[in-house]
Amino acid sequence: MTIDAHPELPEFDYIRPATLVEASQFLKEHAGESRPLLGGTDIFVRMRDGIWHDKYLVDVKKLDGTDEIHFDPTAGLTIGAGVNMNRVMADKAVQQHYPVLAEACRSVASYQLRTRATIVGNICNASPAGDTIGASLLYNGVLSVHGVQGLRIVPLAGFFLGPGETVLQAGDIVTAIHFPPPPSGCAGTYLKLGRNNWSDLSIVGVTALGYPDPTTSTGFRLRVALASVAPRPIEVETLRDYLSAHQITRDAFRQAAILAQQASSPIDDMRGSARYRRLMVGQLTEKALVLTWKRIDGRS
Amino acid sequence: MAQHRISFSLNGETELVEVASQITLLQMLRDKLARTGTKNGCMAGECGACTVLLNGEPVNSCMILAVECDGTEIVTVEGLAQDGVLDPIQQAIIDHGGVQCGFCTPGILISARGLLDRNPDPSEDEIREALVGNLCRCTGYLRIIDAVKDAATRQQALKAG
Repeated sequence: MTIDAHPELPEFDYIRPATLVEASQFLKEHAGESRPLLGGTDIFVRMRDGIWHDKYLVDVKKLDGTDEIHFDPTAGLTIGAGVNMNRVMADKAVQQHYPVLAEACRSVASYQLRTRATIVGNICNASPAGDTIGASLLYNGVLSVHGVQGLRIVPLAGFFLGPGETVLQAGDIVTAIHFPPPPSGCAGTYLKLGRNNWSDLSIVGVTALGYPDPTTSTGFRLRVALASVAPRPIEVETLRDYLSAHQITRDAFRQAAILAQQASSPIDDMRGSARYRRLMVGQLTEKALVLTWKRIDGRS
Repeated sequence: MAQHRISFSLNGETELVEVASQITLLQMLRDKLARTGTKNGCMAGECGACTVLLNGEPVNSCMILAVECDGTEIVTVEGLAQDGVLDPIQQAIIDHGGVQCGFCTPGILISARGLLDRNPDPSEDEIREALVGNLCRCTGYLRIIDAVKDAATRQQALKAG
């Protein structure tokens, strides 16, 4: 008997609609047997592994502006669904205004995979390990979603329901992610622990973002999002509230790291044990906060 | 299942092919067009043996449908040498002993060509980062990295004339 670890793709029909309206209608009519296709970096693996059995893949990469990236100082950044991660990383506005997003993209797989992989695909795949989701959450990402009723706006906070599950309905296509201009003096980092330093999926991913905020008692706002340690990517809200109400010290960061551990609910899997993950959430959260604090304008 | 008629440029020559939806670029290259220089390793976008240039950018050809390549320009390892003269990265990898079993070599050559096209003078870190998606179980990578550095120097010398 031959064991084929990664067989060829099963049969399906590739559909390239001319418009978003046509694409949404097709996906709605074929609910449960069709799927929007962006870079395919997750879809093809799952189809080969026999996990997904769609009859139709609907290519939505080049529809109605989904291939564009655009920054405006007052409106913010819009990244079309079809824009690949290498383009995001290389974009000057992203590097200058949303550097943690560029850092997160850089941690994904390899150059040749990032030529296909997209941020919107990473988000719609809704893996708890999605590397770019933490930065997208903390930069207050908002999705443009085209459905059979037309276009609507869906905030990323609240988008994820569980592993691979989102609020998207049959016929919905995420056409872009939009980020408001970042707060003045904003800085952060993405720390990824994998089985190697490059290219692997994360065992734990910690995104931190901080900025001056006169509405808090400390004068700063610090936020942390976690990957791979809960059924969905999460922001640690208790940490955000704690660090806006307590003087910023190393001890406060240690306490914040404990809050991050408490917010996590990791599992054992092939990449790491729950116990190890929880320990690393603490270590990496503290480290990410220290790094972020040093990078905030006027602090270093 | 639907067949798609597509055309694209392969190593500078126009190809017209009919493919089923689920056929990957890798399958089309190897099985339909007999360009077997591009290797089939993991079929999961991890090993990089199937790397080709698509519109000038390295991609894993096992992770792209052939039908998605309609109207594109594709370069495989067979397209690197010009008029019988090896590409500087090909010559450098031979000179530095960066080939052992050779299975990963086509993908590494293509990734390195992509790197040198977008960054003609890469640092060692940039070379390592560009080759993250190309696994080699023989060489230990050091000679490959030396070859890419040397190819950058040779390429610059060639351009300077």
